Amino acid sequence: MRTNISKKKIRDDFVNKVEEISGQKLLACYQCGKCSAGCPAVGEMDILPNQVIRYAQLGLKEELLETNSVWVCASCYTCNVRCPKGIKIAEVMEAVRQVLLRKRKDHVQVAKLSDEAKASVPAIALISNFRKFTS
Amino acid sequence: MKVSYYPGCTLKSNARNFEDSALCALRELGVDVQELKRWNCCGTVYSLTTDDLMRHLASIRNLIRVKEAEADSVMTLCAMCYNTLKRVNAKVKADPESLQKIHKFMDEEKIAYRGDVKVRHLLELLREDIKFEIIGKKVKKPLTNLKVASYYGCLLVRPKEIGLDDMENPTVLDDLMAVLGAGAVDFPYKTECCGAYQTVDKPETVADRTYSILTSACGRGAEVIAVSCPLCAFNLDHRQKETAKKYSGFKKIPILYFTQLLAVAMGCGEESLRLDLHYVDPKPLLRLKGLI
Repeated sequence: MRTNISKKKIRDDFVNKVEEISGQKLLACYQCGKCSAGCPAVGEMDILPNQVIRYAQLGLKEELLETNSVWVCASCYTCNVRCPKGIKIAEVMEAVRQVLLRKRKDHVQVAKLSDEAKASVPAIALISNFRKFTS
Repeated sequence: MKVSYYPGCTLKSNARNFEDSALCALRELGVDVQELKRWNCCGTVYSLTTDDLMRHLASIRNLIRVKEAEADSVMTLCAMCYNTLKRVNAKVKADPESLQKIHKFMDEEKIAYRGDVKVRHLLELLREDIKFEIIGKKVKKPLTNLKVASYYGCLLVRPKEIGLDDMENPTVLDDLMAVLGAGAVDFPYKTECCGAYQTVDKPETVADRTYSILTSACGRGAEVIAVSCPLCAFNLDHRQKETAKKYSGFKKIPILYFTQLLAVAMGCGEESLRLDLHYVDPKPLLRLKGLI
């Protein structure tokens, strides 16, 4: 995939927003890849956790929001506790999700879930899912 | 010993087996468990945003309920409730300004919360207050010849400041199983995420995780898995249906809450185990081992 990077994108408000919501300094990441090495969900992700950080650093908003990675992350915190720079990757994932959710672009459409699907899982699954994936 | 107890939503429905067995075992151990008179959902997941205090409100209200019960600590069974309540508590304690904002919003609450409730998991109570060696001495029916792999999942051990044991190599459940007379089976997937709430919209992803976790434990000789979280329990137990469809040759294995095994060892009756709530029936194995 060819990706264009530019000063304009790097200084885009998206980068500030992700940093503000997550409370993390994106440029602290030096791309060692330790987060991706330990992530149990990488098999399902379009791009790796360290690439999510890289895209966010460079302000590649459209490209990042097209991937499924932030929705596959289940906030298990394995990356957070292993990052040698102390970056909370799970918080960055949450911030990217929130950028979309705050525009009412829900990832899970509650109204479209069948009664059977809802009844087949416990309350703890539904509540946590909706809190993570809906606005 | 009196203990204030916060159950959480699932303990009163799908995870009745978790609650009933824990309460029976604690009675045998001489603990007077007092459920909070009023409680609400803890929020289930801790909000990772810096700017959305609203998401912490549910937990704060529960902590106020603990103060109303004139207690200074609260016990949880569910790993998710434990993590969420403890993290929210730690957050507002370290950031009084956020607590002040939350207070201004909840103007109907009579008690001004100060972050002074200690949130504890049942495992901490067993390890630190009752102590494992005392529990070992009170065992009525040892879990002899039962090979148990303990699955910790994420939220009992991560993040570090919240976890109740070593985050890379926890042993607290294994230590408990050992004093109950069981053979503790160590396995590399014991802290690997089960997929959690992805089970609602991506059950096939959870089936993959269930397969990896359970085949790893079985490969080490486990006959049963001990868990401490109702969501892990659902994914590892009920999602075995999807796992078996996806992976030919997959061998089903019973999943039990650690409290069910504790209750068996403490001599609690079978009715407190609520074995009817399981997908993979644990009864044949427990009968084979002479435990029920």
